[in-house]
Amino acid sequence: MTLEQFFDMGGYARYVWPSYGLALLVLGWNLFAALQKISQVKAQTRRHPARGSQR
Amino acid sequence: MKGLFFALWMLVRRELLLAFRHRGELANPLLFFLMIVTLYPLGVSPEVDLLRRIAPGVIWIAALLAALFSLENLFRGDYEDGTLEQMLLGVYPVPLLVIAKILAHWLVSGLPMLLLAPLLGVLLAMPPAAIAAMELTLLLGTPVLSFVGAFGVALTLGLRRGGILLTLLVMPLYIPVLIFATNAITAASAGLPIEGQIYFLAAMALLALTLTPLAIAAALKISVS
Amino acid sequence: MWRFFHKLASPPYFYSLSGKFIPWLGALAALALLAGLYLGLVVAPPDYQQGQSYRIMFVHVPAAWMSLALYTFMAAVSAIHLIWNIKLADVMVRSSAALGASFTFIALATGSLWGKPMWGTWWVWDARLTSELILLFLYLGYIALVSSIEDRRVAARAGGLLLLVGVVNIPIIHYSVEWWNTLHQGPTVTRFDKPAIHLSMLTPLLVMMVAFKLFAATVILINARAEVLERERRSAWVKELEL
Repeated sequence: MTLEQFFDMGGYARYVWPSYGLALLVLGWNLFAALQKISQVKAQTRRHPARGSQR
Repeated sequence: MKGLFFALWMLVRRELLLAFRHRGELANPLLFFLMIVTLYPLGVSPEVDLLRRIAPGVIWIAALLAALFSLENLFRGDYEDGTLEQMLLGVYPVPLLVIAKILAHWLVSGLPMLLLAPLLGVLLAMPPAAIAAMELTLLLGTPVLSFVGAFGVALTLGLRRGGILLTLLVMPLYIPVLIFATNAITAASAGLPIEGQIYFLAAMALLALTLTPLAIAAALKISVS
Repeated sequence: MWRFFHKLASPPYFYSLSGKFIPWLGALAALALLAGLYLGLVVAPPDYQQGQSYRIMFVHVPAAWMSLALYTFMAAVSAIHLIWNIKLADVMVRSSAALGASFTFIALATGSLWGKPMWGTWWVWDARLTSELILLFLYLGYIALVSSIEDRRVAARAGGLLLLVGVVNIPIIHYSVEWWNTLHQGPTVTRFDKPAIHLSMLTPLLVMMVAFKLFAATVILINARAEVLERERRSAWVKELEL
């Protein structure tokens, strides 16, 4: 199909593209949140390292 | 096992005595039941044909909400004064104690609803066949509401504002009862057979009676810890 | 084999092992996703009845499948936690909850977007969508319960118990809703189940399923690593890590 046909999706563009867009957005947000969480925890652990055997 | 049955009987007696000490409070869920049903003609339409059609759903939804409302404080008193911990640490199997407690609760909440429901049926212009079916579904369904609801209550026991959370947790589990009960009543109004629906409700009641006490006991132990 | 699982339950081992796996899983997920999108949006031919709109199926069906698969996963792992008291099991459950709810939401939203051109309305009480909506309530209930209990241990066990009761109820709920739906069948029949699906349409569907599974594994493991690191940040093995 041509690029124009691809974007038009046989007239159903306003259903197909928001569907895919929403799915990718929501999943992308989940990934982003996960990556952000782990980098935050790593940063926190670097800042406040565990004290040695004094604990 | 004489000791066990005696203990269970004592528990039921105790629950009933405590309930009757707060006689006024017993009426609240019933009034709630009545109020919700009354709101529908006022809010939707008093047109008899419409009421007759929505009556099964209206009555059952009101019953679900009233059941939850009445269950909220099922374990609270015992939780707060330490009796619950004693029960959990005691010699008697907790699931059986749970059954006794819920049975007593049903006698003062579910059973009165069964007695009030025909009046509500008349308010909603239900034909006699439908009212009969409704009574049967309530008889089988309200125990399920009590047991499943009690599970939710046990799970949210220590929490403030547990009431809203309770509704969210328990409603999905109530949906099958709602579907089959209302359908049985609708089918009965149309003169159709309702054995299938009734068997399903009976199966759910048995399942609830046998399995939920274990889950409730587990939930109580978790909440008390 | 048991020894592997036993080792896996140890936080430092899990942390290092998952760290090695995650980049690979992520890369594979990305590849599968790109392949699936290409196959689904470009290669697969238009449907003779639904035209191009059926392509929504390639996100809707995998999302719905994952929503159910993750809930079952969460319930099974919760059982492990409740029986053997393995903390890592609870970590895995918590790491999956938001993603599971997200998949459910995606399934509902794409289902609605698929339904509008097909049935003319944004929402239709068809059996699958209704069951999916109830599944969303089950997820939200779990998340709400766990976040309202302060003690992490108690929250884990209460949440786990709720999941177990939920998973037992899912077939009952599904059956009830299916049955309810057949009584109130509208003029149109749901077209979400294609009885015989052509290979050119089946392939993108399967690829997207795999892509979503790999993606879920990646995200859950990242979340789990973060959770493990946070819980164990005071312990000796964390000190040894080069962060």
